[in-house]
Amino acid sequence: MFAYLVKRVFQAAVVMFVISLISFSIQDNLGDPLRELVGQSVSEEVREQLRDELGLNDSFLVQYGRFAKKAMRGDLGTSYFFKEPALEVILKKLPATLELVLGATFIIIGLSVPLGVFTAIRPHSIFSRVIMGFSIIGISVPVFLTAILMIFVFSVEMRILPSYGRGDVVHVFGYWSTNFLTWDGWKHILLPSAALASIMLPLFIRLIRSEMMETLQSEYVRFAWAKGLRPRRIWFVHALKNTLLPVITVGGVQIGTMVAYTILTETVFQWPGMGFMFLEAVNRVDTPLIVAYLIVVGFIFVVTNTIVDLIYGLVNPTVKLARMGA
Amino acid sequence: MSLLSVRDLVVKFAMRDQTVTALNGISFDLNRGERMGIVGESGAGKSITGFAILNLISRPGFIDSGHVMFDGMDLAHTSDKALRTIRGNRIAMIFQDPMVTLNPVLTIGQQMVETLQAHRSLTRRDAEKIAVAKLREVYIPAPEERLQQYPHELSGGMRQRIIIAIALLLDPQLIIADEPTTALDVTIQADIMELLLELCQSNNVSLILITHDLGVVSQMTERTLVMYAGRIIESGRTRAIINDPQHPYTQGLIKALPQQTLPGERLKQIPGNMPALSAIPPGCPFNPRCEYTVDRCRTTIPELVRVGPVEVACHEVQRMNRDTETEEQTA
Amino acid sequence: MSNLSTNPEKTRMQKMWHSNIAYSFRRNPVAIVSLAVFLLIALSTLFAPLLAPFDPYDMTQFNILDSELPPAWEQGGEARFVFGTDAQGRDLWSAILYGTRVSLIIGICAVAVQALLGITIGLVAGYVGGRVDSLLMRLADVQLSFSTLMVAIIFLAISQALFGSETFNEYALFILVIVIGVAEWPQYARTVRATVLAEKRKEYVDAARVLAFGPLRIMIKHILPNSISPIFVISTVQVANAIISEASLSFLGLGMPVSQPSLGSLISSGFDYIFSGSWWITTIPGIVLVVLVLVINLLGDWLRDVLNPKLYKG
Repeated sequence: MFAYLVKRVFQAAVVMFVISLISFSIQDNLGDPLRELVGQSVSEEVREQLRDELGLNDSFLVQYGRFAKKAMRGDLGTSYFFKEPALEVILKKLPATLELVLGATFIIIGLSVPLGVFTAIRPHSIFSRVIMGFSIIGISVPVFLTAILMIFVFSVEMRILPSYGRGDVVHVFGYWSTNFLTWDGWKHILLPSAALASIMLPLFIRLIRSEMMETLQSEYVRFAWAKGLRPRRIWFVHALKNTLLPVITVGGVQIGTMVAYTILTETVFQWPGMGFMFLEAVNRVDTPLIVAYLIVVGFIFVVTNTIVDLIYGLVNPTVKLARMGA
Repeated sequence: MSLLSVRDLVVKFAMRDQTVTALNGISFDLNRGERMGIVGESGAGKSITGFAILNLISRPGFIDSGHVMFDGMDLAHTSDKALRTIRGNRIAMIFQDPMVTLNPVLTIGQQMVETLQAHRSLTRRDAEKIAVAKLREVYIPAPEERLQQYPHELSGGMRQRIIIAIALLLDPQLIIADEPTTALDVTIQADIMELLLELCQSNNVSLILITHDLGVVSQMTERTLVMYAGRIIESGRTRAIINDPQHPYTQGLIKALPQQTLPGERLKQIPGNMPALSAIPPGCPFNPRCEYTVDRCRTTIPELVRVGPVEVACHEVQRMNRDTETEEQTA
Repeated sequence: MSNLSTNPEKTRMQKMWHSNIAYSFRRNPVAIVSLAVFLLIALSTLFAPLLAPFDPYDMTQFNILDSELPPAWEQGGEARFVFGTDAQGRDLWSAILYGTRVSLIIGICAVAVQALLGITIGLVAGYVGGRVDSLLMRLADVQLSFSTLMVAIIFLAISQALFGSETFNEYALFILVIVIGVAEWPQYARTVRATVLAEKRKEYVDAARVLAFGPLRIMIKHILPNSISPIFVISTVQVANAIISEASLSFLGLGMPVSQPSLGSLISSGFDYIFSGSWWITTIPGIVLVVLVLVINLLGDWLRDVLNPKLYKG
């Protein structure tokens, strides 16, 4: 267990190192910090002097070392636009994005498991056919289109749900702002998280269904029937437990995909999260903010992948944690 | 009165564009405490017979017609609920490959306790006590510790013993063992068979042993069915069939046994392969491979008829016997 | 369980394989309709210059007075603009024809890049084995653990910022093909590798080796034909995904520019007007996009059912 953790932390460190390298070279190449500092009107000599002072003429490695050292302390530079530390700007937007992902995850888990299991157990029932039909349509509709459609139906036509923003949020634990404590907050998060879930839900239903159907064909499920167990126990203990193992692995990867899709949903709903802010930063060539976003997102990826691996190792008895991650 | 009575059982498989018949009118009886072997090549329908008895044929297969009478109940036509009271309780099954029969994510203890609790109202503690006792019966060392272990922590031979213990949990009247040793190491095979025989004899449990190994059948069983392409082609007392096989196919099987061959001599194989179920020839299914085939074999399906101590489905069995007799006389 | 069929020789199996597809196709109305719709879309984009009444790339043809005209069947619509016009007064029908063409080209080319990369890497990994294999597969794992869309968004956002939007717009099509193409090779690589490993164990590859055929010849003549059906199934789904990815990127303003719109950029350009009631600028290209992706997905599903290849899961 300990060896596994060490290994995993080492892997995470390697990934973070690569991300920091990429981030740094972006910072190095994108935009001119001098222009941001002093504008165009300064003479070439003064510029050169400033470059020396700022260390911009040092070798790549030295500059990277400086960057990494500062990054470790949480200093990712100051946003050109907000004139605030970039990391702080990002972290302020983090709750909005994470709550969106959380809301979508609840919808996905709450619906995909029962629907996936049902369609696997009763593949020929009308309800299953309807589900499968909807799921293939769901896969074929891009998330931004679902979002637009939802706005059109629920905000423009029916006028029952708001189409943009987070609404009333409540601050908890100091800085975390949450949608889940006010009625208005709930109303605002419903559409965005439903839109975000809409792309993953059909994927998960189909995944759970196909894994479950395969498990139901296995010898141990046959043996469970031969033992005279109740169907419910066979489906939900014998089959589902084995079905969820590969689903957990795929699910981990999909969380990453979901972060990408938040950029789309946040854009459509003008959700004040990291993704929306990232696109704005790109348009403003706000390099420190872009870099900060990359690092925070990279960190989220690494953390979720590690957690998913750990959960997999804990759920699956055939995996010895010590041997995992090889 | 017999314990199990199978009558005209037909099992079909609905394939994409046709329906093939996997079992074509199987009938036999099994008495209490009797041990019977079902022999044949793979694809002959032996395993399907075993599963059909418990009504465990799954899609795309289905029981088309026929009856499986067990204790006054027709298992082929009864509710799932009624079947559950039989499965694992009064008829237990042992599967072919112990490596894939136990659920990998549940402990041995969970898999034993759930079986007991499915049929008796027992506390977990009481159920575990029974489980330990049964594990001891199949000579599993340190049975209490095994309950906490997962299948992958145990060897194949050990797992098959545990599966046998699970089969014995509820003191069934019949055990169906589907090639219980083919997936195991040769060195363990004999041990497992011996254990099975011992347990059946001491508990007076009936056994249906499905195997392709005539040697095993002769050691383990009192009666034998020989199957070919979904039909019983010969049945009778094991001794009689081994010593004096009537059907040309059975004769071929016995000639192919290594014991029947002198050292250095090539094993005598039956020429050709068993036909696919979708391409069974008209008439006797064995006719393309049979050296005694006459015109009638290609048109009419032979019925099982009594010949001396056994029943045989062969048109030419009388003539064959005459031939061998005259051969022996001239010899 | 007993085997229900014997294994007939290769040629016979291939014959059955083919007839099986044809048979299943004839019996599956969904597949027939899907293929028909797909062919209809593909052909009309192929002949877009003939079918389109206007050239959507020629700004001089737009008239701002014609902007935001509704479709012909709505009140206020004009017969010369069947599906209405967008905010610049561009004929939507022409824009959709050309836009679908762009989306399809990007989808198919990107998948061609994926397949080429993935198949090559998969063949090498499976055939060479050992350290090369584990290195390549590890790389695939890492690549898969990052979402394609995420990588594409970041890459495109940064290259747009680096090159400036004019240069970017000029090469947008090319860049999109490369970005979507490079990010998704692992699927192919894993499947092909699995097939190679399975085929390697079979005798005929040994036989070919004994006959001293070079590895390249063995791979191309023996292994590749056996990987065809999984590759085919993956490719269908991947084309659908690539089209969606392209649309998503263009929607974010990171893909095709509005001057050469794909379906995604058309939808995006209409989004600002949806609240003012001009629903058609977003909705009609949206419907075309969904129908296009849907029929490809349906064909993919059907192919998967018929060919039933062993796909790599992970």
